Amino acid sequence: MASIKMKSVDAVVIGGGWAGSILAKELTEAGQSVVMLERGPDRSTASEGAYPGSIDELEGNFRHKIFQNLSKTSVTIRNTPDQTALPYRQMAAFLPGEGVGGAGLHWSGVHFRMPPDDLIMRTKVKEKYGEKFIPEGMNLQDYGVTYDDLEPFFDKAEKVFGTSGEAYTVNGQVVGKGNFFAPSRSDNFPLPALKDVYGANMFRKAAEEVGFHPYAMPAANASAQYTNPYGVQMGPCNFCGYCSGYACYMYSKASPNVNILPALRNDPKFELRAEAHVLRVELDSTKTKATGVTYLDRKGNEVFQPADLVIVSAFQFHNVHLMLLSGIGKPYDPVANEGVVGRNFVYQNVTTTTAWFDKSVYTNQFIGTGGGGVAFDDFNSENFDHGPLGFIGGSPVWVNQAGIKGIAAAKIGGPPGTPHWGSAWKKAMVDTYQHSVRMDAHGTNMAYRDVYLDLDPTWKDAYGMPMLRMTFDWKDNDIRMNRYVVSQIAKVTKAMGARDVHLGQRQPGEHFDTRFYQTTHLAGGAVMGDDPKTSALNRYLQSWDVSNVFVIGANAFPQGTGYNPTGMVAALAYWSAHHIRTTYLKNPGPLVQL
Amino acid sequence: MQGLAGAAALTSTTLPVHAARSAGESAYSPTFFTPAEWAFLHAACDRLIPQDAVGPGAIALGVPEFIDRQMATPYAFGKLWYMQAPFVQGPANLGYQLPYAPRDIYRKGIAGAATFVQAKYGKAFGDLDAATRDEILSGFEKGDTLFGDLPAKIFFAQLLGNTMEGAFSDPSHGGNKGLGGWTTIGFPGARADFMDWVDQYGKQYPLGTVAISGETA
Repeated sequence: MASIKMKSVDAVVIGGGWAGSILAKELTEAGQSVVMLERGPDRSTASEGAYPGSIDELEGNFRHKIFQNLSKTSVTIRNTPDQTALPYRQMAAFLPGEGVGGAGLHWSGVHFRMPPDDLIMRTKVKEKYGEKFIPEGMNLQDYGVTYDDLEPFFDKAEKVFGTSGEAYTVNGQVVGKGNFFAPSRSDNFPLPALKDVYGANMFRKAAEEVGFHPYAMPAANASAQYTNPYGVQMGPCNFCGYCSGYACYMYSKASPNVNILPALRNDPKFELRAEAHVLRVELDSTKTKATGVTYLDRKGNEVFQPADLVIVSAFQFHNVHLMLLSGIGKPYDPVANEGVVGRNFVYQNVTTTTAWFDKSVYTNQFIGTGGGGVAFDDFNSENFDHGPLGFIGGSPVWVNQAGIKGIAAAKIGGPPGTPHWGSAWKKAMVDTYQHSVRMDAHGTNMAYRDVYLDLDPTWKDAYGMPMLRMTFDWKDNDIRMNRYVVSQIAKVTKAMGARDVHLGQRQPGEHFDTRFYQTTHLAGGAVMGDDPKTSALNRYLQSWDVSNVFVIGANAFPQGTGYNPTGMVAALAYWSAHHIRTTYLKNPGPLVQL
Repeated sequence: MQGLAGAAALTSTTLPVHAARSAGESAYSPTFFTPAEWAFLHAACDRLIPQDAVGPGAIALGVPEFIDRQMATPYAFGKLWYMQAPFVQGPANLGYQLPYAPRDIYRKGIAGAATFVQAKYGKAFGDLDAATRDEILSGFEKGDTLFGDLPAKIFFAQLLGNTMEGAFSDPSHGGNKGLGGWTTIGFPGARADFMDWVDQYGKQYPLGTVAISGETA
């Protein structure tokens, strides 16, 4: 047992990212005493974001200064259940965060609401195409919440984040040129949309010309000065191009550090303990109630923090890992297709297309903002007829120019087929760097019976715990979806007048490759839902099995969304917090009775 | 903080390196690489980013100095990588699975490459002409040569990655001397404020490159 026992608190929050900061804020507002445990260091704009030292591409994007240090703990990965999973030893395919702010400090800022039909995907697909349309082995599920349930919380999150965007409909009335396919909103965005960079503007015009419906991407990068409901201030984004991988020196990109923690740090009911690595949530002898958490402090002491309520709000896969290590919920068994913790592990299906322009046309790819850009949703969600296409899912398509800097430019080099070094590489890079536009098909990824998370039998982390094992591969449905949507991009690049184009498409039979960056938008593994046989959490993100544990994060998504996950994570955090405040705290126990 | 330290280091080395460049030799004294390794590193980097009409090469940009200085950072000791045993080899798409940190990869890789070149050409790598060096490097990049249990491919990828980092990172790390890498491609560096150029559609950005230290080019 632990060598140090702390005084009991009302709630302990594991992880200092968006989800943890939102829950800590909401719980202290409800009068709860809250201890937040963050395994990484404390971070703030004044240190990690101090200009000009902070805008160092080598440190930010290549030595991953504000990301997870894999030397302590990583995961193992394999494509199929019959393989031996091997450790993810170097940061590549995905880049989890660490430290106060979590992934919410290094993120880009793309801030979406979920498409309503994606929340009821199984119901919708069955209704439109029939149950037989769902391929064998696909665990297609609903979230157990609807867009209408979540709308007030999407709205609240946007106001806290200072999100810039342009609405299409507010309270059913068309108000602007926003996303034609987006659901109605109760209020407009708190800030107007950011300006289009040139590439995004060319993309907007071309997409319109070919009959698609382009819109300004919703971005938690402030287009103007802003004070959020907590009284904290943001400055206007200056398109510096140092969003993803950096603490924003302009206080323009929303982060827990800028938008929430300044309102929490001085609250006497709140205590932040950084460099506190949680080993497990402790359960009582009935295994239905958590008694608190055990963690290692910065000196290596084992500490037990008792609490009435435990909020598990680390990154998606760390949440699943902690549930497995703590014995919360039944681990998933892919052979029997039973159990829920580790089930419906999903990713996101992103490929990049490049268009090259004449050398007289300067696209200035170094100008950028992480969340801004122009997108169209004509091939996302149920905005198009999947019937004749025979796949489930879709992709928004966008130009999201976040700022391509020197080292990245060198590694991208020239068009495919040119050498990666030598004079030919150099010439190709110089000829293309300032004259290219990159666009992404940012697609969904469905859940499959043999894609899951469990504990690795061989490799351990620096704390002696078995590491999490990922079994993941690309599947035919998702590859076909990507190929179809990307083929539609060709119409846009043609209308853009590109000199040359490379359509980035997945290849049939392609395997997941851990060596190249794809996206950090991992999801699922401890999903929400209405049925405890297929979900680890109920619709309020409360563990079905241990009712004083709530697990907040992208782990709750039953399918990988085409949108960036943070907007949904923040809305779910506010949704869960609302029900904890209004119902759970008055009468602790399961919020859903079966 | 970091920027200021970098600026101090830069000021102390800029002049000697510029002066020495014409003599074809770096004034920087490596702390990790041995003289033989240092010669190999120069001869290889010189081909990865050659000096040509497009712009300066890796040697003029101080890439070997950058790599040597990186060898003293936690990264080079493998402290940013998961390095717990067992080390089991598997399909390439599951990623790097050797017990070697960057320092080990350079040490073993350069030794392996030198032996390979000596056996095949009877000369040191640095004594070969540019075309032959290119052919050898290309073989390492694409072929199946092994230096003991270290694939030449892994060594090459390490060297190429660090070379690109050196040529195009902030000069405070020892490379990108005189901001030559950034100037070549038109990257304005630490300028990081484009409020006035976001909607100047299609036009070339008018201001020059600047480093974290404030050095301009």
